Amino acid sequence: MQDKSLNRDFHHALTVHNDLCIGCTHCMTVCPTQAIRVRKGKATIIANRCVDCGECYKACPVSAIAVEQDDLEMIFKYPVRVILIPSVLIGQFPKKIMTSSIYNALKEIGFTHIYEVENTVDMVLEAYRQYMHEHTERPMISSYCPAIIRLIQVKYPSLVDNIMKVNPPIDMSAMYYREKLKAGGIPEEQIGLFYATPCAAKIAAVKSPVGETESAINGVININFLYNRILKFLQRKYTESEPPETDDLLSSRGILWSLTRGEVIHSNGRALAIDGIKNVNEFLENIENEKLDQIDFLELRACDESCAGGILISGNRFLTVERLKNRAEEYQAREDDKVRKLSDGFLDINEHGFLGDIGPRPMGTLDEDLATALKKMERQRRIMCFLPGFDCAGCGAPDCQTLSEDIVQGNAQISHCIFMQHQMIKQNVLSQGQAIRVTESIWGEGRLEKNCNKLGAEDENN
Amino acid sequence: MQFRHKISGGDFARAGNVASAVKKILRQLNIEHSVSKRIVIALYEGEVNVVAHAYSGIIDVDIDEEKIKTKITDIGPGISDIEKAMEEGYSTATPQVREMGFGAGMGLANMKKNSDSMKISSIPGEGTTVELVNYIKPHAG
Repeated sequence: MQDKSLNRDFHHALTVHNDLCIGCTHCMTVCPTQAIRVRKGKATIIANRCVDCGECYKACPVSAIAVEQDDLEMIFKYPVRVILIPSVLIGQFPKKIMTSSIYNALKEIGFTHIYEVENTVDMVLEAYRQYMHEHTERPMISSYCPAIIRLIQVKYPSLVDNIMKVNPPIDMSAMYYREKLKAGGIPEEQIGLFYATPCAAKIAAVKSPVGETESAINGVININFLYNRILKFLQRKYTESEPPETDDLLSSRGILWSLTRGEVIHSNGRALAIDGIKNVNEFLENIENEKLDQIDFLELRACDESCAGGILISGNRFLTVERLKNRAEEYQAREDDKVRKLSDGFLDINEHGFLGDIGPRPMGTLDEDLATALKKMERQRRIMCFLPGFDCAGCGAPDCQTLSEDIVQGNAQISHCIFMQHQMIKQNVLSQGQAIRVTESIWGEGRLEKNCNKLGAEDENN
Repeated sequence: MQFRHKISGGDFARAGNVASAVKKILRQLNIEHSVSKRIVIALYEGEVNVVAHAYSGIIDVDIDEEKIKTKITDIGPGISDIEKAMEEGYSTATPQVREMGFGAGMGLANMKKNSDSMKISSIPGEGTTVELVNYIKPHAG
């Protein structure tokens, strides 16, 4: 099922495992963009509404939402295998595990060069400064969190011009290290650049980047996968081998960047940091009507506790934040931490620091033609008079409003509503048998039968 | 198509709800942002005016293919000198209202600026009616 109006190429990292999905409503009701419907007993994701935030992944009781990733074997196609790790990868391990041990484990897994994603934040900050200076839109919204960029594109299209079109650290670092390695004499085709991602949105962003630039990253490995591999390695007795290639560009600013307030602490003007997609949604809803141009900068992150709460982070997010804050304090005590690490000639910020255009991709538009749209809206409002309005999701849509929209768009029928089924049976326009078929078309065949395998039922573990 | 919303005076926490609802409708109707932005700002100001000054109010929004007509009717103290009230910076808001960040005296001026035509009538002691028209497509004259 798809909105017919808009169906451009928009890569998604989240998919539904049909064999695992039990056809409940958890994912559908938490989706901030109403991108999920249940059909034939399975959740389906509407591509042009999904922003890859991962709320569905967190809500699924049976782990039926899958996050795609590249096969680790693919790294071995390249003689030089670079992994870019975000600071939250380190942060999720208990304190007794040293950073150097984690680096060693990554080397053992197969990577030859290990750099932290946030090594280039001083370059990003320099690009921020330039961008704020050259653009008058306020508030400027950080481009850091790709789920937020997509949320703005589909739900708050009027705010796309407020997005600060600066490459986030992952892209800045990928370009920087590619150039640096090339300058060191390694042929381009021998360099494989991989990113250890804490979330689905970052995968989607690498696979179909916003701003129409090509990504310098060759593949994405999910952090939870690496976490397990690292732990397994560290549990064995091992001998320290030669440490992997790395550098010392990391600063306390970089360590804190992906945490909540990691960006706003550098803002000179009035700035706010908001994390959690619900909070962000509420806030963006307000800034569209009120003029908030007295605010200079907004750091908006889809996950609670920002990247420490990324859906692929195995460790407890609050402990992750704590460890990273401690790590940042250690760096702050160092002599050279205050020295900004700007481009040493390998990367030209003016050329590579900025993103191209980010266009709106509005969802939920009833029709391109205003007269038709008005008619559809009138019909939708009439339908709402009949729907019960308590958003039970029994129709396979998250709420009554969304069902009414699906109906006028030809993607659902009024008989999908279980309340309306009773009404229609009473009025003899729907038979009992038809009603059962409708229910089964949404919730799957046999769904009305007894089933003791579900959670909380007699045989739940079978 | 017509929509009616009620506003209660003094309820600042809910000021903006009508503007938000209308914004969602305009978004669904695929109305250009430059148009919807103006009407939403004007409506928000109108809502705040009712909340800050009147006892209660009704907002009627009427959308057709050409224009958006908005009528804000309130029961309240009314405006004795409309010309003066239109001046930027002039406000009769109480200190309490100002403390909440409202009452800067820009309300009516902002509404005028963000609509294509504005009619205002008032009977002191009874209430005020403001009618706005915003054209959906660029309108000559």
